Amino acid sequence: MFIVKNRKIFYTLSIILVVVSIVALSVWGLTLGIDFKGGSSIEFQYSADKPALDAVKTQIDTLVFEPSIKGTYLLAPYGANGYVLNLRTITEGERTQLVSAITDTVANASSTAGTVEFKKFNSVGPALGKEAQTKSLISIILVLVCIVLFITFAFRKVSEPVSSWKYGIISIIGLCHNIIIPAGVFAVLAHYYPGYEVDTLFVTAILVILGFSIHDTIVVFDRVRENLRNSNASKNKKGFDEVVGQSISQTFVRSVNTSLTTLIAILVVYLIGPVATKNFALVLFIGIFFGTYSSIFIASPLLVTVDTWKNKQAVRK
Amino acid sequence: MIKRRFWAVVLLLASCLVGYFVYSTEAPASKFKFKLGLDLNGGTELVYKADLTKASSTPSEIKSSMEVLRDVIERRINVFGVSEPVVRVERIGFTGADSEQQLIVELPGVTDINAAIAMIGATPSLEFRLLAKDAEKLTQDELKNKKPEEIFEVTGLTGRLLKKSQLEFNQTTGEAMVGIQFNAEGDELFAKITKENVGRSLAIFLDGDLKSMPTIKEEIRGGKAVISGSFNGSAGIKEAQKLVNNLNLGALPVPIELISTQSIGASLGRDAVDASVKAGILAFILISIFLIIWYRLPGVLAVIALAIYTAVNLALFKLIPVTLTASGIAAFILSVGMAVDANILIFERMKEELARGRELGDAIQEGFHRAWTSIRDSNTSSMITAVILYMFSSTAVVKGFALVFFIGVAVSMFSAITASRTLLLSVKHDHAGRVLRFLFGGGFRKARTNLQ
Repeated sequence: MFIVKNRKIFYTLSIILVVVSIVALSVWGLTLGIDFKGGSSIEFQYSADKPALDAVKTQIDTLVFEPSIKGTYLLAPYGANGYVLNLRTITEGERTQLVSAITDTVANASSTAGTVEFKKFNSVGPALGKEAQTKSLISIILVLVCIVLFITFAFRKVSEPVSSWKYGIISIIGLCHNIIIPAGVFAVLAHYYPGYEVDTLFVTAILVILGFSIHDTIVVFDRVRENLRNSNASKNKKGFDEVVGQSISQTFVRSVNTSLTTLIAILVVYLIGPVATKNFALVLFIGIFFGTYSSIFIASPLLVTVDTWKNKQAVRK
Repeated sequence: MIKRRFWAVVLLLASCLVGYFVYSTEAPASKFKFKLGLDLNGGTELVYKADLTKASSTPSEIKSSMEVLRDVIERRINVFGVSEPVVRVERIGFTGADSEQQLIVELPGVTDINAAIAMIGATPSLEFRLLAKDAEKLTQDELKNKKPEEIFEVTGLTGRLLKKSQLEFNQTTGEAMVGIQFNAEGDELFAKITKENVGRSLAIFLDGDLKSMPTIKEEIRGGKAVISGSFNGSAGIKEAQKLVNNLNLGALPVPIELISTQSIGASLGRDAVDASVKAGILAFILISIFLIIWYRLPGVLAVIALAIYTAVNLALFKLIPVTLTASGIAAFILSVGMAVDANILIFERMKEELARGRELGDAIQEGFHRAWTSIRDSNTSSMITAVILYMFSSTAVVKGFALVFFIGVAVSMFSAITASRTLLLSVKHDHAGRVLRFLFGGGFRKARTNLQ
């Protein structure tokens, strides 16, 4: 009952987080990766100590390209001894020049840089990027719509006191909360550090967060559904807020434990997994953490709030 | 009771077999080895856009053109001895109008992008077009200022219908020519075009350039044509011979344009595999420790169920087969975390029923029964997400993730209701003493009671 009674505190906390995230998103925005905006990316690694960032930049700046890449490219440390270079879409000839310029950094470096190895080259046309943007947006919206429909269907027999489509809408509010916060965190990170880009994997992470947190919310809602049925069947009918409060505490340990095991798995992937999935794991971690939080502290108490509103309106009439 | 234990033993033995299958098929010669994606194996991926703006565009013709495109490129790559290349066609876009056809070429082990691009770039595209009637009166200069689409009519006769090509020489001038033989469908179409358009000019386009434009004198049967007029001298003969070779490897029905390239060094892939395997093992161990401390005996059973889950999943990856990418492995590790959920749901429910004073057997049955609706509904929503991801993903990375995620969720539902259940029922005892009840207890039940 503690959670239902103090729901306003949790609402406030979440509203603050969401507002801060939205502000960060609208002021700084998200940095799109090359798979969304088009462009190329070269990942290279030194066998020994990597030269300083500025040394590599100086070397790249010697190249004369048309149109110029000076000041438009982004060079960021990547992995233990490497860099990743992001720039506009380049031709094959330009790529070859870049490769030799980067190879020259070894000879020019004062420290022992060893040899340089080109790990990855990626080039995406602008049209393809646009396509990926549209598809990502459509898939996120489609997942949201399907989930509302599914919940409305799964809870179709529960209409008293809160009708089943409201369960759907409330879960969507929770879901938006869960994806706005990690997006906001990324906007902040991207503002201060290069490399926190939004790519197709980021979108995948967002969709997984949607799937996982709805999973969590459904478990609590399912318990509400069951307890409502039991309470209606027994003689001393309980208040709706009491039913919800009871359901939250009954599922509390399960929710926390499940998230804990999943978070353990994600944390391990983040800490020792491949570099390519590091950002992905970070987004998942934040999203699943807040997903669990919102299904316990936001979504379920919202059921009570919606019920109270409805009662107030009924009184007014 | 004996029957239940019998099934539990059968289950364990079967899983050991599955586990052995996964382990033994990693031998170098096995055909059931894990298929690793480019990001784990190293290699090059090239994405081409098929230029369909100039082609006749009934859906069935586009489909068959793209199939020929795929076959031609595949044949060409095979000549260069790349092992296990993947060439696939993908439709991009949602509606018919703005849809676009892409050809995705994956070349494992090829890290030299230049070589790869050159290898595919040498494939010629061949097309026959009729000069439009109103363009016939135009002068040469006026023709040059027009775009090809404006003055030429599409005939549908393209490299798609090519059977073979050979080097020929003009009987009188000795000039080199490239002879073309159409297949049966091409023969019929060629005859029809020549019959209906006697007197008009038929242009031959090679790689989008106008090669020659002979006038049709009469209906041509037998499906033979020649490309001539530009192969002079000994250099011309060489050029013609090269074109013949390239045409014999196949001609593209439509021009293609490179829009995206990606190449990954082999060592990067190895590092990613090592890191993924390490992460997977560590995640499994940590989750196991947590489960055993918190849930005691059921926790041990859950770990066994989880091991069964892992073995079945890995075996499916091999049998389907699923191409594993770094993101796919991340999806798998994530699904291990989520597979635990079904067990946790059941155990928590079971403990609740025990706390209400039920007998152990009843509590297990109730635990399963009551937790089922949650498991069903929540996993269904996860599977919906996976299906949408798979359908709308634009990259192989995301597709790999979605597929593994879907398999993971589906198998976890299966392992929760069969493996965990069989194992739990096999260790229960009709007259549960204090020890067994202790083993089934665990967790901070007091803390939870206070919370309520």
